[in-house]
Amino acid sequence: MASDLTKNKGLKRRKFLKYTGVGVGLMIGGVWLGRNPIRRKIFELAETMIAPYQGDVSDPLIWIQVTPENQIILHSSKVEMGQGSFTGLAQLAAEELEVDVEKIKVVHAETASGNIDGMGTGGSMSVATLWKPLREMAATMRLMLAKKAAEKLEVSIDDLAFANGVFSAKNRGITYGEIVDGVTDWEIPETPVLKKRSRFKHIGKPIVRVDLYDKVIGAPIFGIDASYSDMLFASVVRSRLVDATMSNYDTSVAENMPGVIKIVKEDDFISVIAKTQVEADNARHKITFDYTTNRSWNIADVEKEITVGNGRKTIIQKEGKSIEEIDEDGDIISLEFRSPIGAHAQMEPNGAVANYKDGKVEIKISTQVPKVTRDEVASALGLSKEDVNIVPTFLGGGFGRRLHTPNAIQAAKMSKAVGKPVKSFFDRKQEFQNDTFRPPTHHVMKAKISKDKKILGIEHQFASGDTLFNSALDPGVEQMMRADIGSIRGGAIIYDLLPHRTTYYHVDLPFATSFWRSLGLLANAFAIESFMDEIAINTNQDPIQLRLNSISNDNPYGERARKVIQACADKAKYTDQISNGKAMGFASTVDGGSPCAHVVEVSIEDDEIKVHKVTVAFDCGIAVNPDQVRAQIEGCVCMGISASMFEKMDLRDNKLYPINYGAYKMALMRHTPREIDIVLLEGADYPGPVGEPPMGPIGAAIGNAVRRLTGKRLTTLPLSLG
Amino acid sequence: MKISFIINGSTKSVEVSDGNAPLLWSIRDGLDLKGTKFGCGKAACGACTIHVDDMAVRSCSYPVKMAEGKKITTIEGLSQEGNLHPVQQAWKEEVVPQCGYCQPGFMMATAAMLKEIPNPTDQDIDDNIINVCRCATYYRMRKAIHRAAAINSKNL
Repeated sequence: MASDLTKNKGLKRRKFLKYTGVGVGLMIGGVWLGRNPIRRKIFELAETMIAPYQGDVSDPLIWIQVTPENQIILHSSKVEMGQGSFTGLAQLAAEELEVDVEKIKVVHAETASGNIDGMGTGGSMSVATLWKPLREMAATMRLMLAKKAAEKLEVSIDDLAFANGVFSAKNRGITYGEIVDGVTDWEIPETPVLKKRSRFKHIGKPIVRVDLYDKVIGAPIFGIDASYSDMLFASVVRSRLVDATMSNYDTSVAENMPGVIKIVKEDDFISVIAKTQVEADNARHKITFDYTTNRSWNIADVEKEITVGNGRKTIIQKEGKSIEEIDEDGDIISLEFRSPIGAHAQMEPNGAVANYKDGKVEIKISTQVPKVTRDEVASALGLSKEDVNIVPTFLGGGFGRRLHTPNAIQAAKMSKAVGKPVKSFFDRKQEFQNDTFRPPTHHVMKAKISKDKKILGIEHQFASGDTLFNSALDPGVEQMMRADIGSIRGGAIIYDLLPHRTTYYHVDLPFATSFWRSLGLLANAFAIESFMDEIAINTNQDPIQLRLNSISNDNPYGERARKVIQACADKAKYTDQISNGKAMGFASTVDGGSPCAHVVEVSIEDDEIKVHKVTVAFDCGIAVNPDQVRAQIEGCVCMGISASMFEKMDLRDNKLYPINYGAYKMALMRHTPREIDIVLLEGADYPGPVGEPPMGPIGAAIGNAVRRLTGKRLTTLPLSLG
Repeated sequence: MKISFIINGSTKSVEVSDGNAPLLWSIRDGLDLKGTKFGCGKAACGACTIHVDDMAVRSCSYPVKMAEGKKITTIEGLSQEGNLHPVQQAWKEEVVPQCGYCQPGFMMATAAMLKEIPNPTDQDIDDNIINVCRCATYYRMRKAIHRAAAINSKNL
């Protein structure tokens, strides 16, 4: 044991541990990505989605705290929004600290701690990007503890034994807590050699979630549960219309409503502050104002804008001729697909609790981007970043909705205006009308098939709106990139043995759009994988064999993708035959380097599509926590069914509808498949993305099953037989 | 106006300026019991589900004045003397929660259903458990509901 600790090869003492990353392979090998090498690199990164962690991983002391009471606290810069990262990260730390996961309490790192993640939590990157750095910090921390233990026991570090969380020598033992007691100076040594996979005790085990108990007893852990003593409640006026400005506010009635303390009028918003939430909301409803709209917007106008051919064109893949240029004789088949505006509908509304005092502000908030929240609040209030402390809470769902936090700025300004802590939350109507939606999409899929049923080429052209561009990126990135790397996620054709092309059209929309779990993947995979099924039918091929025969070993994930496709088909016993009124549908994707395939079993009952069973094969590399990987797959399948079969926003006379649950149709318990059968493959020696890739295949898989049942190709989400 | 009721076994009073205000806010902000969640404000999602006189009620749409003299149970009162309720125990054993926000409402709805239907079929669950979970943990919830029924029947 002791000899392990002193094996110090590799990195010298580092300021920033340059995480070289794993799997930063090309998803789309050797294709036309523009001549700008930086643009090309960003495209590659976006497609593989394993970028290095962006923050300080050189100092274990800002991540791992050992208390004299022998409690280990992991301060996580990644937030917990249900994806289970707190548990996965605890497993990584436990592995090198040589303690049980239950010994580790995971908390959100406040920005004032200095443990700040530059990227934020999203993209299914938390465990993937911290895989090596966190284990290195934990190993380094343990070496630091060992050195101090040797000092305190007055022995050489080589003479230390270790068992059950206790270092010992000369019949004396010392716990981690006893080691840190009274120690104020720590020297950070070189990083020890990490344990080999064969020696893992915690990684790869289905350990129960570290936040399980709190979530079963209903503990007050969310942003909306946060409070300060003597806190007031705010209700902010928000626009009901898109592409409109508000003016001529009349607050005279609101000012005299019960409980009202103050009407806050800032340059960019107006709000009521009252003693209770109900009083604040009641008074806000009495504020009148006028709208000025720039133009009229209906959903048909949006669909007209979001149409292939409009907007800024970027060629993503150029492996072969365009369909019209192919000289060989054959038939051109073509299908158009559309996906709607999607709402996040996360259960906890957005909001913040701010306490402004003496030129400093502390904000408790559910945010996916604590650093961005801090920087924006500092900028808006003219404070230094050090004078703003963001205290992240557990998130009542994220899904990309909490990458924009102007609510934090508003809460801070209101707290400053009223001189007391202020809690400010959206109501549900405001959530639906002021969401940062999943942008709608339009796709034109084309293929040319020769007389002897050879596929001469396949082409994907699609149009969508902002996802990444509307996030906290430097505006220069949009200029440089042209194509929104979030919207194009899943848009590239992975079947590299077929001549193929992909072209993206970026369209500006009159309402905010942004990240929505898996970004472009849901819609792009629906179009591509539905069309692949149509090609299989057109060329009289088995849909599984068509895909297996179309992916080469030149792709870094090619072999893994084929194994996943085969494993899924085998497990589900895939067949084209209809049995007892049920048909199967197949689809597969590779997202962020994690291949996934679905087989669904579907029937039609009372003119409604019913999904009975979903078989999933998934390869995320190492499954740090196989139970939580399964939980994410189950969640993706059911949320994917919801998005594919039920959800859509409408726009009428500049108003977004619906404005609440119920009217915004979603899959509920009764729509949940009775069986979800999961096969986990671990085809890489590192953990890849988990929380989004399994969203990819579901929509197309259902549509493909319906095609086999009815002969009808569904080309619009949400899927409808009507 | 002052409203009094028995909540989780204790008699409590809340002072409100509007008797038609939702009971939810008196529970959350007045009594600082934060396990009951705000989701929609229109009784459409079930995140705020509590028991009023042993019936499942969506407290975001239940006027506080109606609670006068009634017996209320929230998620904090579901467990007894530190022991998890069979529904909570089942939720734990099946590792149901992801983000966890909607889970108290689901557990309250399930506990109420099991009083009426001790051994629900899948169809019973489909018909009675109609809350919204955006993480879509329905698959494990269904298992947990069956498990809770099994735990209950062992206790009998």
